[in-house]
This record gives sequence, C-alpha cells and structure tokens, in this order.
Amino acid sequence: MATVDKEKVLEIKDLRTYFYTEDGEVRAVDGLRYDVKKGECVGLVGESACGKSVSALSVMRLIPYPPGIIVGGEVIFQGQDLLQASEEEMRHIRGNHIAMIFQEPMTSLNPVLNISRQLSEALELHRGMGKKTAAEEAVKLLELVGLPDPETRVNDYPHQFSGGMQQRIMIAMALSCNPELLIADEPTTSVDVTVQAQLLDLLDGLRAQFGTSVIIITHNLGVVARYADRVNVMYAGRLVETAPTDLLYGEPKHPYTLGLLASVPRLDLARKRKLSVIDGLPPHLARLPKGCAFYDRCYFAIDRCREEKPELEEIGEDHYSACFRSGEVQKDK
Amino acid sequence: MANDDHLVEVENLVMYFPVTAGVMQRKIADVKAVDGISFYIKRGETLGLVGESGCGKTTTGRCILRLYEITGGKVFFEGKDLSKIGHREMRRMRRNMQLIFQDPYASLDPRMTAGGIVGEPLLVHNLVSGKEYKEQIAELFRMVELEPYMAVRYPHEFSGGQRQRIGIARALAVRPSLIICDEPVSALDVSVQAQVTQLLMRLRDELNLTYLFIAHDLSVVRYISDRVAVMYLGKIMEITSSDELYDNPLNPYTQALLSAVPIPDPVVDRQRKRILLTGDVPSPVNPPSGCHFHPRCRMAIDICKEQEPELRNIGGEHWVACHRV
Repeated sequence: MATVDKEKVLEIKDLRTYFYTEDGEVRAVDGLRYDVKKGECVGLVGESACGKSVSALSVMRLIPYPPGIIVGGEVIFQGQDLLQASEEEMRHIRGNHIAMIFQEPMTSLNPVLNISRQLSEALELHRGMGKKTAAEEAVKLLELVGLPDPETRVNDYPHQFSGGMQQRIMIAMALSCNPELLIADEPTTSVDVTVQAQLLDLLDGLRAQFGTSVIIITHNLGVVARYADRVNVMYAGRLVETAPTDLLYGEPKHPYTLGLLASVPRLDLARKRKLSVIDGLPPHLARLPKGCAFYDRCYFAIDRCREEKPELEEIGEDHYSACFRSGEVQKDK
Repeated sequence: MANDDHLVEVENLVMYFPVTAGVMQRKIADVKAVDGISFYIKRGETLGLVGESGCGKTTTGRCILRLYEITGGKVFFEGKDLSKIGHREMRRMRRNMQLIFQDPYASLDPRMTAGGIVGEPLLVHNLVSGKEYKEQIAELFRMVELEPYMAVRYPHEFSGGQRQRIGIARALAVRPSLIICDEPVSALDVSVQAQVTQLLMRLRDELNLTYLFIAHDLSVVRYISDRVAVMYLGKIMEITSSDELYDNPLNPYTQALLSAVPIPDPVVDRQRKRILLTGDVPSPVNPPSGCHFHPRCRMAIDICKEQEPELRNIGGEHWVACHRV
C-alpha cells in the first residue's frame, strides 16, 4: 500500500498535449497532473481516447510531431523536467531509467533479429556490457521472466513465441536496465485471461523484487483493483479522480468513476442486478465544452457544471476528485 | 431424438480444418478446432460459450449456421438435421438464424448506407414490398434505439456502439428465432458495452429470441446467459447454469479460468482463492492425449493422460467432463 511520505519518482504537472489535425485542435491531454511514488503501482484507467496512452508517450517524449505537440506543463523525473531535456538526454533516459511495455508485443519486437540480439542491444548501449556478457545476461533475464528453456530459446525469433511469451520477452527487455519507472500500456489486452493473470503476477513480483515504480494503463477495472496501489481515473484528457485503490473502489466520489464501476458486470454479484448505463459518448476532443467534459452524461450535473471546469480538489485524506458535487456522490450499498 | 423444447441440438460435432503444405497442397495435418462436442439450446434461452482464443467457440457458432461443411456429427435446428437438407432449403433456414459479429468496423459494408445494410436481408428474403421497406427499416432502427433519420448515413459516420446497433438491426430484420452473438461487445468501451448488453437483453425478452452468446469475457457471459458452456481446445469442459458456474464450478479448468478474472473490487478480490495456470494453451493441431487439459491441470492423475473424460450430467443440468469430479 502507498504511504504518503515516500519519495516521488515522477511528477506530472498541468501536462497539455494537443494534436493539430483537420478536425482542429484535438486536446488529447488537457491539464493532467499526478505523481508516482517509489515502488508504487499506479493504475491509469479510462475509456478509449481519454488520453491515457498519449500522457504516457508525452512522459517518454515520443509524441509524433506533426501533428502532436506538448504545449505545456512539466514532467519532473528525478528532479529533472523531461520536457526541457535535450533529445540526447532523453535517449539516455528512455529504456535506461524509464521503460515502456506496449499492448502488441509482436509489433514492438523486431521480427528479423533473434531474442538474444534484441535483449543485448539495450545492455550494450546503456550498461556498457561486452557482446558476450550481454548475451549471458539476456539468458538470465529470460529466466527471470519465466521463459522455459531460456538457453536454447534465446536464439529464436519473435514469431516462434506465443503472444504471452512475447510479452514476457518485452517485460525482460523493459527490466533489463533496471529502470526506476516502468510504463505498461495495456500490457495484457491482447492475451487470454489465464495468461493475463500469469503476466501481471510476474510484473507484480518483479516490482516488489526491484522496487520499480509502475504505471499500468488499462481500461480493465478488475486488473487495476487487483494490482494497483493507487488509481487515477481519466476522462477527456484530465484526471477526474485519484485515490488509493481500496478507497476509490469503496467510496468513488466522481460521478464518472461511480458510473464506470456500476456499468461492468461482476462475476461475484447476483446476475439479476441491472447494470447502470452511462448514456451517450465522451465529447469530441477538438470540441471540448467550456465547463465539465462529463456534463452531458452526468446524473449529478447542475448549471454551474456547464459554465465552469471543476478542478481536482482534496475531498478526503489522499482522495481527490474534480467535481462540484463530490460530496453528494454515494455508492449504492 | 429431437426434443421440442430444444431449438438447437448439437450432437458430437466435429470440425477439422486441413493444414496443407507443398506445391500440391498435400494435407499434412488437421487443426482440430471442434473435436466432438454435444449440447443443446432451449427455446428462449441464452447459452453462453466461453473459452480462451483458439478453443473453438467461434467455429462452433459457424458450424450451427452451416457456414462450414462439418467434418462429423449432427446439428439439429427446430428438429431438422441441417446436414441432410439441400443448399436451397438451408438458405431459407438461415432466415431463422442470424449472426452478430465482433468487429463493428469490419462487418458493415462501407459503401452502403446504414438503411441499406439493415434493409438488405429484407430484400434478399423477399419479405417486403416497396412501400413497407422504408417503414420496416425505421421500425428496426427504433428497436435498437437509433433514430430512423440516421438511415441515410454511412457506417463511418457512426461510433462503435452505434455500428454494433446497426449490426443487431440487420440481424433482427428477418425475424430470426436464433441469434449467434460472436463477441458482440468485446470491441467496445466499458460504458458502451453496458449499453449494448442491456439492449441485447431487452430485445431477447421482447422478441422471445434465443441466443448463443460467444465471448471470452466471463463476467459478461455470465451476466447475460442462463447457462454457460466452457470450452477448451475443441472440447466442452463444463456446462451449467450461470449461478452454479460461479458458486460451484467443478472442472479444474473452469475454476482456474474464474480465478484468473480479477473482480473490480479490491476487498472482494483479495479474499478469493487464486489458481495460477502454468504454460500456454497447446496447439489444436496436436492436442494432448486423454483429457486435453491434463498437462496444465493441478488435479491430473494417470487416467487423465490416457482416457478422455466424458461430459457427464451430475444432476440438475450440470454437466462436467473430468475424471476427478
């Protein structure tokens, strides 16, 4: 569980990333702020196009320009503002201090290089190992992530592995330089549920072993409940609620969080329970309303919500919500 | 054989796909997608079919529609053996059974208007005259909670959830009795999933439809289905009522599958028993001997390697295929 006094590894302040497209200015991330503490697992949840992935790519400074551009904010990583860092400094940070795992392992691995080569590359580059030491280290890494028979399989190519095994290789690659921060963007969306459990348990174990901080980006509320210490809920490019996991699931205080939790069927509850549905769709990010972006879909909306954008405010101990009516939001018992 | 209560009966269904190699396309092996399964779907009931990718759940659905020529076994629809009827009669039969696809982007013709897509089955099956055509389309649009004026738009103008509604309207156009829903909500966002799930349930109750609901998401399947069949590598491991499935799963695979699904409530989830499976699902080209699940099963004993367990009724319509039950 997260403790308040732990050292912050990452601080995102008022991050704004816009895309300039035919549709106009698309505000994919629009004033995002949150922290990640040492050894903490933060879950970033939200529906598609809420800005979860763009915020991660902004931290890595991997936003394609054009059309995307980080227009403002600060990303403080170990005391340094990454948005001000030079491209050379970023190359040193990526992979070495901040690593990332993507949804589709097959598209992130190079199909024409064997696994040994791909794992060694980062080791030689960032850790200054020789070819032979790096190759040996690659085998150790594969063993660490539970790949069977690593000595032989290290010479295989990506297509010779199943999706779950490919994702294990990606995890090995991400951890190869012992990063302080690991960003996992939908790491298990393309694998089956039993494999998902294997991968997430592995990631969780490695986090405990190495004290790595993890940001796990997902739309799966169950995954976050099981693995995250803290949950950040995003909607239309902003954080709408953040709290320690138990508190967020136990007492959601933003109407969107409440709606999201009530709209998923649960294995453990009676089937006849009616799902509450959030009507409508998220707003178009090029035409965000003046007030709260959730206004159209919100049961709690009042006139003020249409005119004024609610800011994230502390509404309880370590619990923040961006809603004028947070105090009245109650979960049905 | 045929039970009047049962809209669909599947008996020992087998579907192998050939694996070919070389210039002569010589057959070298079979992908045993579905390997001898039997089940039934009662009128007005929803049967859920769950399993991991490659377990044969989609193939099963397509075999019922006879989109494939099945390798073995029988499929009865309203008491008629579908493998015995000719192509022309099969086309007529298909009016009664429709399919809803997973990908609402790929399953709608981008060059047709939404109205054209929904209306096409009406024309193919000669169900309406010119005047009624437009009215019928408007009616179908209203049924799936779309505005009739949207009929002139093209698929790309709709959101994912709306497209799935168009797919549902198209399936409903010919007034089928059976709808095979193949992962109908898995491509949608969480909040939209709930909208479409509730729509499917409302339509089922109002129009007295029977569903075969195929999905990999156990929570969704359990929520919408009356009974659930769990598949693994072309075999059915367990069939039981949706409540029994969670309260009293008996097959070790079902238990592992359930425990792998995290519950979106950290307090509840921490108290659950976890069973972690090792390894991956083996290839259906060369499935393990005996019980297909035995190499990953924590309960496996010698007999499981040699003899295939039969799907047995252990009372109260709870069917399990396991030597250890």
